[in-house]
Formats: sequence, C-alpha cells, structure tokens
Amino acid sequence: MPVTDDPATTAALARFERAVAAETRIEPRDEMPDAYRATLVRQIAQHAHSEIIGMQPEANWITRAPSLRRKAILIAKVQDEAGHGLYLYGAAETLGVGRAELLDKLHTGRQKYSSIFNYPTLTWADVGAIGWLVDGAAITNQVPLCRCSYGPYARAMVRICKEESFHQRQGYELLHTLARGTAEQRAMAQDAVDRWWWPSLMMFGPPDGDSPRTERSVAWRIKRHTNDELRQRFVDICVPQAASLGLTLPDPALRFDEARGHWEFGAIDWDEFRAVLRGEGPCNEERLAQRRRAHEEGAWVREAAAAYAAKRGGRGGGEGEEVAA
Amino acid sequence: MSGTTGGAVGAGSASGTSGASGADWPLWEVFVRPRRGLAHTHAGSLHAPDAELALRNARDLFTRRGEGVSLWVVPAAAIAASSPDERDPFFAPAADKPYRHPTFYEVPDGVRHL
Ligand SMILES: [Fe+2]
Ligand SMILES: [Fe+2]
Repeated sequence: MPVTDDPATTAALARFERAVAAETRIEPRDEMPDAYRATLVRQIAQHAHSEIIGMQPEANWITRAPSLRRKAILIAKVQDEAGHGLYLYGAAETLGVGRAELLDKLHTGRQKYSSIFNYPTLTWADVGAIGWLVDGAAITNQVPLCRCSYGPYARAMVRICKEESFHQRQGYELLHTLARGTAEQRAMAQDAVDRWWWPSLMMFGPPDGDSPRTERSVAWRIKRHTNDELRQRFVDICVPQAASLGLTLPDPALRFDEARGHWEFGAIDWDEFRAVLRGEGPCNEERLAQRRRAHEEGAWVREAAAAYAAKRGGRGGGEGEEVAA
Repeated sequence: MSGTTGGAVGAGSASGTSGASGADWPLWEVFVRPRRGLAHTHAGSLHAPDAELALRNARDLFTRRGEGVSLWVVPAAAIAASSPDERDPFFAPAADKPYRHPTFYEVPDGVRHL
C-alpha cells in the first residue's frame, strides 16, 4: 500500500484494520488495502486454478475404473473439483478481476496452480492415494480458511470443505480395499502411497523461515496457521491412518516425539519442490497443454451459446460488457 | 486503499475483459431455497449467456447434493445495493429509535402475557 498522508485513506485503513482485528468479515465493496486485495486475488486464483487442473490426473482413470461403482464415484469427485474451481473464480471476481483474465493468466503461465498436480497418476491406486493424501492435505489447509477475513473466500471454503470429506473417504476406502486384496493389489497401493507422500507434504508450501508472505497473511487473518504448523498437523493425522491401512509411509525418520506430542518426520526435498514449481515436474507441460486445448476446443460452444442468447434477445444475453456497469 | 470495485454485490466489475480467452458471459447471482417453507438465500454467482443456461448451470453448481428445491437467477447488473459503509447515514434512522424494541418499555412486576 502506498504511504499516504491523505486523512481519508488513513481513516479507511484504520477502519479496515479494526474490522480485521475484531474478526469482522471484509466484504467485496469495503475499502481494503491494495496489497490485501492483490494477495487475495493471487491466492484465490491459484487455488481456483489448482481445482480445475486437479481434475486431470484423476480424470485419467475414469474410463479405466475397475467397477461401475468406482467409476460413478470418480466422476462425481472430478465434477466436484470443477465446482470448487467455479466457487473460487466467483470469489476472486468479487475483487474486481474477470474470469477470462484469470484463465488467460493460467494459460500463459502468469499465475500458478498447486505443483502436486504435476505428478502423474500411474496406476489405479493413485486415485486412492490422491483422495487420501492430496485431498487430505487440502482439507488440512482449507478448514482454517473457512474463517478467512474475506467473506466471499470464507463462504466458498465452507462449501468446499463440506464436499472434500467425501473425496478423502472414497480414497481411503479405495486404498483399504486394495491393501486387503491380492499381493499385487497391495503392492500397488503401497507404491502409490510411496510416490504421493512427499509431494503431499510439499503442498503446505515452503518451511516457515522461507515463506516471507506468511506473517502478513496471518496478520490480515487470511491465513490462520503457518505452513509448518499445518504440515505437522497433517503428519500427525496420517500416521495412524496409514497403520489402519496396513501400509507404511516412506520415511525412515518417522518417530513419535513424546515430549512434543507430535510425529517427527524426515527432511523434505525442497530442491524437488522448487524444480516442479519452475516447470520441471513430470507433467507440467502436459497439464497446461491439456487445459489450453480444452479451452480452445470449447470456444465454439461459448460462441454459439452467446449467439443464441443474442438472437433470442434473452435477458443478459450477449451483453457481457454492460454487466460491468 | 481501494473500495467499491464491483457491481452491486461486488462481482463482475471486470466482466467483458478481453484477452486471448475473449469476453466473459454475463454474471448471474444465484439464490437457492433449501426446502419448502424457507426463503431463497444467496448461494453465489456464475456466468451464463442467458437465463435458461444460468438456471442449468446453477443446478449443477449449487445443488449437486439436494441443497435446493427452487432456484432464482438474477443478472448481477440488475441488483441495486446500499453503500457498504457501516457508518452510512442511510441506516442512521434505525440506530436512534430504541423505542421500536419491546425491551425499551418498563412493565410492572407480575404482569403476564405482555
Ligand atoms: Fe477440491
Ligand atoms: Fe477434492
């Protein structure tokens, strides 16, 4: 926020800070510091992009689901992720950015999505590991966001968190079934957990000492906990869940620290994290290319629907510009 | 500081922003009646080219788990809203009339059904 002596701006800033401190929600038309708005747009957009890119690794297995039951569940889950993306794009738009603009930034690599989705889904068990670990990590991250200071984001997160618990449970059930199946199925489940465990821990972001924006986001009540706090919470939840599956987590350093009351875990390979962020993960190019292709191939549908609405003179039809008023 | 970027309910200020993805469809606000006997409440917003598709999109987006028995979609541009400022004099007439509340009145002890 630019430094200013303008008394109206100073008073508005004081009102904003009082509201945040008092746990009052900030709503779209309220005055807010430019940096708060920019932080929210970046975070919500990245979150929305992650939801829709996240459809790809799992959609990869829809046609090969082993039963009609599993197929119906997977379709419903992938459809939910599309819905999550839409709730979040809607929340971002209340901050004054357009949907087309956000998609453009995703397609041209100017805005990011979670690097977890740059890993491949090699076997059917990956669908289970994603539900249990990736959706599980997302839930750990997202539950505190239901109390985020920005009203539309918090409301979107409430809807999303309600739907995520089905995602996590179906994944856990899938792995549980495989873990009790044939030796091959069991090995497949273990292999999927081995591959998804560390990338899931990376989903919480860089360690606190290396996360310069965290402090300000906590002060603004956008974030409620640091990356390391949430990561620890997730590990503590997962260790007993892995034991119930009869599967192991690929970390020889895992041990319960009686004094702290938490599970200690080994060092995360942050070089790998940064490489994937830079675009060097196994599927970065494929994911973005698929997203662009889907968008381009849908262009005629968008155009036809707009033309049809304009021809019928239906309310709102073909008046994209005027809605901005 | 910046405020009031959006339309009446906040969203849509940048609708029609072009770029390689083209203009957005108009924005609609969605209201859902969770069940009979309850009023429609605001659920969120979506883009659609016309009312018919807005309703279909709203069904897919906001009622995948039976969250509603009735939907309204309203063009966001058609909503007029009061100022977001809590100190706005617009609401002042309500603030200084405590006699509109039953607790303003003293009633002798023992009087019932009042
Ligand atoms: Fe999601
Ligand atoms: Fe999910």
